[in-house]
Amino acid sequence: MALSSSSFLSTLPLSNSKSAISFTSSLSPSPLPSFRSASSSHKRRVMTIRSKIREIFMPALSSTMTEGKIVSWIKTEGEKLAKGESVVVVESDKADMDVETFYDGYLAAIVVGEGETAPVGAAIGLLAETEAEIEEAKSKAASKSKSSEVVVVAPSPPPVTSSPAPAIAQPAPVAAVSDGPRKTVATPYAKKLAKQHKVDIGSVAGTGPFGRITAADVEAAAGIAPSVAAPPPPPPAAAAIATPKATTTSSSPPLLPGSSIVPFTAMQSAVSKNMIESLSVPTFRVGYPVNTDALDALYEKVKPKGVTMTALLAKAAGMALAEHPVVNASCKDGKSFSYNSNINIAVAVAINGGLITPVLQDADKLDLYLLSQKWKELVGKARGKQLQPHEYNSGTFTLSNLGMFGVDRFDAILPPGQGAIMAVGASKPTVVADKDGFFSVRNKMLVNVTADHRIVYGADLAAFLQTFAKIVENPDCLTL
Amino acid sequence: MQSAITLPFSQTPLTRPNHVLGSTNSIFSTPRSLRFCGLRREAFGSSSPSNHLSLRSDRVRIPSRRFQVSAASSSNGAPPKSFDYDLIIIGAGVGGHGAALHAVEKGLKTAIIEGDVVGGTCVNRGCVPSKALLAVSGRMRELQNEHHMKSFGLQVSAAGYDRQGVADHANNLATKIRNNLTNSMKALGVDILTGFGSVLGPQKVKYGKDNIITAKNIIIATGSVPFVPKGIEVDGKTVITSDHALKLESVPDWIAIVGSGYIGLEFSDVYTALGSEVTFIEALDQLMPGFDPEISKLAQRVLINPRNIDYHTGVFASKITPAKDGKPVMIELIDAKTKEHKDTLEVDAALIATGRAPFTNGLGLENVNVVTQRGFIPVDERMRVIDGNGKLVPNLYCIGDANGKLMLAHAASAQGISVVEQVTGRDHVLNHLSIPAACFTHPEISMVGLTEPQAREKGEKEGFKVSVAKTSFKANTKALAENEGEGIAKMIYRPDNGEILGVHIFGLHAADLIHEASNAIALGTRIQDIKLAVHAHPTLSEVVDELFKAAKVEGHATASTVSEKVAA
Repeated sequence: MALSSSSFLSTLPLSNSKSAISFTSSLSPSPLPSFRSASSSHKRRVMTIRSKIREIFMPALSSTMTEGKIVSWIKTEGEKLAKGESVVVVESDKADMDVETFYDGYLAAIVVGEGETAPVGAAIGLLAETEAEIEEAKSKAASKSKSSEVVVVAPSPPPVTSSPAPAIAQPAPVAAVSDGPRKTVATPYAKKLAKQHKVDIGSVAGTGPFGRITAADVEAAAGIAPSVAAPPPPPPAAAAIATPKATTTSSSPPLLPGSSIVPFTAMQSAVSKNMIESLSVPTFRVGYPVNTDALDALYEKVKPKGVTMTALLAKAAGMALAEHPVVNASCKDGKSFSYNSNINIAVAVAINGGLITPVLQDADKLDLYLLSQKWKELVGKARGKQLQPHEYNSGTFTLSNLGMFGVDRFDAILPPGQGAIMAVGASKPTVVADKDGFFSVRNKMLVNVTADHRIVYGADLAAFLQTFAKIVENPDCLTL
Repeated sequence: MQSAITLPFSQTPLTRPNHVLGSTNSIFSTPRSLRFCGLRREAFGSSSPSNHLSLRSDRVRIPSRRFQVSAASSSNGAPPKSFDYDLIIIGAGVGGHGAALHAVEKGLKTAIIEGDVVGGTCVNRGCVPSKALLAVSGRMRELQNEHHMKSFGLQVSAAGYDRQGVADHANNLATKIRNNLTNSMKALGVDILTGFGSVLGPQKVKYGKDNIITAKNIIIATGSVPFVPKGIEVDGKTVITSDHALKLESVPDWIAIVGSGYIGLEFSDVYTALGSEVTFIEALDQLMPGFDPEISKLAQRVLINPRNIDYHTGVFASKITPAKDGKPVMIELIDAKTKEHKDTLEVDAALIATGRAPFTNGLGLENVNVVTQRGFIPVDERMRVIDGNGKLVPNLYCIGDANGKLMLAHAASAQGISVVEQVTGRDHVLNHLSIPAACFTHPEISMVGLTEPQAREKGEKEGFKVSVAKTSFKANTKALAENEGEGIAKMIYRPDNGEILGVHIFGLHAADLIHEASNAIALGTRIQDIKLAVHAHPTLSEVVDELFKAAKVEGHATASTVSEKVAA
């Protein structure tokens, strides 16, 4: 209890109310222990440390609570408080709870009155250590409630107040430009977010349908990027500049009815970033059919020993790369070749909701069985999200195989920092005519390599593919 | 465990409680006919109808009192001497269906007239399809709640839905239940007559163009349609009623729901789960009027506040204009008391959930001198229709939404069964306070009997004390295992004699939990008796068990003999 209570207490002297606010905001992302389970009837404590006048903060009474309503003040202003006494009853999103003081003192001032609502962490009252300080605290409270009125405190029991009040309070410059004294229309979620992030809804420019303020607008105004790990939020800002006129179509087409927005995970953000980056590299593609009868036969043989097709292909690619180092090189600065001393084959793996490329290091040197073992290990780690950075970003060449889905050919995007990527399709029985004109059915697979043309030229790639095909068609060398 | 199970079977002297209590209500002894929306019919679909019939005929009692009375007693006009049917029911909704099945069981030759589709509102435009949508919304809600999933140790990638797929699910369910209903009546030999039915005179009914048939008794069960207050223009696309909403032709970004009763609440659950934002418009000062205040307060904390919902209370939507000419849906709000203009809302859609209006136009009620009141057909406590002079119309009954007593599908069915009991010679009065009601939000809300303020008022008037017992889902093992500890159950009772006055539950599967209480009220079981009954552990039913055990019944109210036997 003591541990949890400290999280909603002011440790700062009153003289600096701004830093008190920053204190709470820095606190909010840290997950509070959930009180819900056992302790609905237990009392919470308000603690203060050694300053003369302290703020009583709106406590977080549950893990999901963002604001609380003061049901009643048990103590009145000026009343003496003893440690452990209940001071105020707060209604959270879950229940009504008594909040008690952790220190002796006087309830100097009530900042948030009964029936009013304040966000978690906001000062709701002031506690003075001695009687003499009550007056001082009161004057602080007076200035405080004045300044904070706009931001936090809004009577909420029936939030009928959602009407134009805020719009009048501040002649929002952007809204005024658009079409005169227009009524502020904000969606329920937008209003909720605005309250949460202390954004004055009247100052937000609406970019939603009919110029209404949507949740995204509030998020943009609050400087929160809707996506997770990406800090720069320029696109919403740009959108906000666009005139919020009713019928003009905004830059991005409106969402179709029924569609939903799901922000990227960190992994998806990384993929997105890499893909955009890849656009700056001039790439080209070369395809090559490879006969896989021999490889399939070998695979059948070594499969019981734990060898996977991925390992076979990685090994074959590794051996081919050893003969064509330029395909294993990369162009870091647009001025030079960077030849890699190792052949590290990154293999694209789909894991739920994302894509990761565990790297088989020294694929040309390790034997097939070790490679298979290594691969199994990497996949396990990838699933458990336990890959170390060097295990997914040290690749010098990438292998992507969609053959297991029946894809016959596809085209991969070259990841930044590498010279080439190989896209492998399914191996399919194909009718072929040999040089004597006899028809036969052979298993053929199409591989398609995308490469950075600044360093890898067409002939290089063709030669590499020829070598690769030769290795696959005579795969005994793979097992050596 | 083994011994615990075999024990009750070895004890032959176990008496059925209703028998001992001398209840004359046989209605609850035939639970098959009391199906809410006929859902349980499915279970009987496979059994052969003949078997079914013989089983029923075994149970038909020879009515002792007034089997033929009905025909003789009608002095109004000149009733036909021989009738085409014993019973004609106008309207094949759930009420009519319940009445028809019970009538066949009682050996009556029965016909049912339907001008639209079998199943009525409940099956086609009400409870049934809405449950399909709510089943989807419940799952969406769960899958979207990362915190909830994480607490189980589950990882789920982003949940999405296909609107048409969801809509199809609702539609398919309605079709399936409709077919079940139709088949169950056909199998039992109920004549289903197609066409609009109306009353021509005493014991005489017209259906379709000019088919005239006669019956000893007639039940009107024509139900209701969504009520749309004046000033509201329904276009079926952007301003809709529940009829349209259940088809789920679109999921608007922002929808205003006018009315925060059952219908409005359930739809807010569906829409918010599917990604819409919702604005409630409620004429009364509080959301969820009609629920026990404590329950509605808690429900608001769980079902409204954390979701993307805001609300305007104490206001009427005086004018609603559908979206057109590039303008959104416009809603004019006026103060409910002063009638002053308060606000104008601009939203993408509006759902009118302001209740339901009886569907009684064109029923030929003037032919039997019946005057409707706000559209409702006046009836007495036995569902007998009252005419314009305050007299009973012989052989004419009205059940369900059309009489407005309690507008619930299962109430209509119960009323229908009650009428059939009466016309087959057994007086019966349905206790409406024993009829449970449920709202299928996530979590669910259910109730039976009086709310706390109602009970206190009654107690004050009649001079008895009222006590309240409460239990929490937080203390229930099964609820916690499901990570659904949110919720309470509350019972209002008389401490002097242990009578249950009302039970209100908000929490996981509340709609299924209420029946223990509603059955106790229907059978007159006292708390001191039912508290000794055993509940399986761990189940949600222990929430209700705890409730009974938490009640403090005064010492002199002794347990009846039944409970002693059960406890022995």
